[in-house]
Amino acid sequence: MGVMKRMSLIFNAKANKVLDRAEDPRETLDYSYTKQLELLQKVRRGVADVATSRKRLELQATQLQQQADKYDGQARAALAQGREDLAREALTRKSALTQQIADLQTQHAQLLAEEEKLTQASQRLQAKVDAFRTKKETIKATYTAAEAQTKIGEAFSGISEEMGDVGLAIQRAEDKTQSMQARAGAIDELVASGALNDPTGSPSDDIQLELDRMSSTSDVEAQLAALKGEIASAPAPAAIEGAPAAAPAAAAASPAEAKQPEETA
Amino acid sequence: MILRILGEGQFEIADHTVEALNGLDNDLLAAVESGDDAGFHRILAELLALVREVGVPVPDDHLGPSGLVLPGADSTLEEVRALLGDEGLIPG
Repeated sequence: MGVMKRMSLIFNAKANKVLDRAEDPRETLDYSYTKQLELLQKVRRGVADVATSRKRLELQATQLQQQADKYDGQARAALAQGREDLAREALTRKSALTQQIADLQTQHAQLLAEEEKLTQASQRLQAKVDAFRTKKETIKATYTAAEAQTKIGEAFSGISEEMGDVGLAIQRAEDKTQSMQARAGAIDELVASGALNDPTGSPSDDIQLELDRMSSTSDVEAQLAALKGEIASAPAPAAIEGAPAAAPAAAAASPAEAKQPEETA
Repeated sequence: MILRILGEGQFEIADHTVEALNGLDNDLLAAVESGDDAGFHRILAELLALVREVGVPVPDDHLGPSGLVLPGADSTLEEVRALLGDEGLIPG
């Protein structure tokens, strides 16, 4: 016996076990229907959970991409200023991020496929649950317990198999989202710790600081040179004219100062 | 005969094509038992492709069990081994 037959027997055995437990098989119809509705809810929650994880990955990929773009800009700025060492460092960091982004994109594709599968599973299950509801009412109304036993078998096995299948799909989706959430959490921590800078925040990584220092240094030098130029070309008499103008003012001030002690005395 | 691909749904398969599936199915089981991972994925992909090619999808609202069940395309060898070895793995 191959894989196909064995797996089918395992699914059927599961269904039969539930049926055998019931004294009146018609009771299992209502019980099963309740379970089906619960499972439908679970599948829908599963779809929502996967979508949430997928959106989180998208957000992180965007953040990492912005950071990579920033490193790229830094590398250009560093090269323009003749700092090949800094440019190399920035590009090294960029390539590490590029790897992370590629990983995220792979995971994103997986989650998207998972979401699609669960959505389809949810639709299939919904169709079967609807069919089951109709059938169970017919069976309950028409047949005696003994007759129901055989009639119920097929409907019940069919829905039970579908539920087993969907249940497996949900488990897989949960496992996948959990491992991805752990990873996403690690990336969030990286972003929060500042190792990956907030793209909207002020530049504070060491490459940026070095670039800033260099540009502010050259800026200071430029201003200094400009000032020196202004001073060197300034006409000398201007400085001398200022001195006589200050002297009368000082002289005018001194009589008032001399008066004050008299007023207070 | 109705065949289910886990995660994909049910297909109606003509009896004479089941013969062709059986050969591949035995190879698949051999791969599972010997732990031949590459062989497992190759044979499973071939088997699923054949089912999709010759099978007619069963309407979603059909209520009936499958005579044959195949693992989904992205199943791992370990998952299938667990499914075959422990029926408690199937929830519900």
